Amino acid sequence: MRTILACVLVTGVALLSGCAGSGGGKTESQVVALNGAGATFPAPIYSKWFDEYHKSHTGIQFNYQPIGSGGGIRQLLAGTVDFGASDQPMTDEQLSGAHAKVLHFPTVLGAVVPTYNIPDVSQELSFTPEALAGIMLGTIKKWNAPEIAKANPGVKLPASEIVVVHRSDGSGTTFVWTDYLSKVSPAWKSKAGAGNSINWPVGLGGKGNDGVAGLVKQTPNSIGYVELVYAIQNNMNYGRVRNASGAFVKAGLDSVTAAAASAAASIPADFRVSITNAPGAGAWPISSFTWLLVPQNIPDAAKRQAITGFLEWMLGPGQQMTQALSYAPLPDSVVAQEKQAIARIQ
Amino acid sequence: MRQVLRRVPERFLPGTRGLIGLRARLRTGDEIAYLATFAFAATIMAILVLLVFELYRSSGPTLHRFGLSFLTGRTWDPVAGEFGALPFLWGTVVTSALTLLLAVPVGLSAAIFLSEMAPPRISNALTFLIELLAAVPSVIYGLIGIFALVPFMRNVAQPALASAFGYLPIFQGPNYGVGVLTAGVILAIMVLPYIISVSREALLAVPRDQREAALALGATRWEATWRAVTPFARLGIVGSVFLALARALGETMAVTMVIGNNPKISASLFAPGYTIAAAIANEFSEATSDLHLSALIELGLVLFLLTMAINAAARLMVLATARKGTQQ
Repeated sequence: MRTILACVLVTGVALLSGCAGSGGGKTESQVVALNGAGATFPAPIYSKWFDEYHKSHTGIQFNYQPIGSGGGIRQLLAGTVDFGASDQPMTDEQLSGAHAKVLHFPTVLGAVVPTYNIPDVSQELSFTPEALAGIMLGTIKKWNAPEIAKANPGVKLPASEIVVVHRSDGSGTTFVWTDYLSKVSPAWKSKAGAGNSINWPVGLGGKGNDGVAGLVKQTPNSIGYVELVYAIQNNMNYGRVRNASGAFVKAGLDSVTAAAASAAASIPADFRVSITNAPGAGAWPISSFTWLLVPQNIPDAAKRQAITGFLEWMLGPGQQMTQALSYAPLPDSVVAQEKQAIARIQ
Repeated sequence: MRQVLRRVPERFLPGTRGLIGLRARLRTGDEIAYLATFAFAATIMAILVLLVFELYRSSGPTLHRFGLSFLTGRTWDPVAGEFGALPFLWGTVVTSALTLLLAVPVGLSAAIFLSEMAPPRISNALTFLIELLAAVPSVIYGLIGIFALVPFMRNVAQPALASAFGYLPIFQGPNYGVGVLTAGVILAIMVLPYIISVSREALLAVPRDQREAALALGATRWEATWRAVTPFARLGIVGSVFLALARALGETMAVTMVIGNNPKISASLFAPGYTIAAAIANEFSEATSDLHLSALIELGLVLFLLTMAINAAARLMVLATARKGTQQ
């Protein structure tokens, strides 16, 4: 009896694992399957790219799971995926903890914009970096505070309390937003800092861009931040921000690419760089790269060729597809720099 | 009833004619049934043990670093690497308590109406509709929360509470619409179907004699219901409350959409809060540092222990009242 039962159980387990095994991974020998996981922000353009690339290179199949930057880095380090993707560069600590060297390749640019809902104000608002940091820290409490009013002459701001809305889920959007605030405000840097999830001094948390947008729309006199792509696609109002060169800039695909171009001179060889508060006159200050994370050594020649081939294609025809999906393309200087870096994959 | 139950399996027991080729020592199907059911029961236990062990093991870094201060710390700062779970514990306990406070009286009354007072046809139709509510995904409740409940709480309910009971600290402070109270209300709506439908079944299972005896003694219909029928169904009703509590403690999506997600401890029910389940769901996918991940897993362990402690306490309470009671 026992042996029979054991047999049944063992066969069952074997069947199950067999099914699970055949479900993913390599299917046919001719098709090179590459698995990746990571950031959710660039997922729409990545799936477009992988789809288009597969059409012209039928032997190569990319699978991408948008599970979040943290998960992408983790899976890459664990060796369960062939490539990762992240909205923030890996830290030195993470890189030194990795078994293999990891290369960063910027793919597109993202940006974050402040969005607000003040029932009595229909004009577009402008914010100084100090005003944004003060609002987020809770030191600027009312909309008619002089720090906000000074940048908006002619706008009648109400004396109502500001309600701050932030992301409650860990997010690259939060990282870019807080990274910017840390650069422009020493007080923010010491009290809150930059990260995917942070200890917010004040405010309500909404889950995802839609959660933040929903709370802002619902709550009178509130201010929050969302991805530029999300704001554009949902026709949301968003404010101007004064950039490092002193100009009040409106976020747009051009001003985001301009931010990357103006920071290009100081981009290090490993592309791990924050481009918030970029110096250019037309630069949107709250911009960031998003990266593909690729191991430097890929022993499987077929996979190596597939990845390098894709990166070449992504930097060429791939960049033409970005604007249709509201992503800002990389500036030419960065593309040129990256093309040289592809040779480092061995 | 009991006789029937005992007889049904007997008809199937001695035969096992359909099973050919089994070894000789396999006299009856009993052995198979015993071993198979044992194996499945053991699997559940094994999963439970494995779960706790895995949670404990993976929360090593924070267990080691913070020890018990993890439970008393009030700061949750992933950037600085400082993790204290008290605001989440507080939020979880307060929202669950609010949920039961709101849902149990309503749910129990509805169950009594459906089982004791409503005409059977109406009762069945209403029960069907109520059970449909239990199948609504929680994200839908969250959306209803954001688009209907939050504006209602901000514009109507909370100002009314503040003006009527504003002297109480729990009804003071800024009114955002999202917050602990709103989370409690949405959770109460979500758990109502469980309480109503399970309690109704329990009340319906009370033997007729119980009612008739009470009525024969001169009780009014309400007295018979409240003093003879409801106590008899007590275990089932308490079970329904457990089920509701379990759902309230573990609910993630709907809560995170309306609670404001701010890990602060505030006396006011209008203030935003945070629950353990919501924090894990929000931060897990983007937790990049080992310590942050470990802290979130330890939160899971804390939620598990909290659920166990509350269930144990509730069970003890039931045992204590059952001993005092006379009906069971």
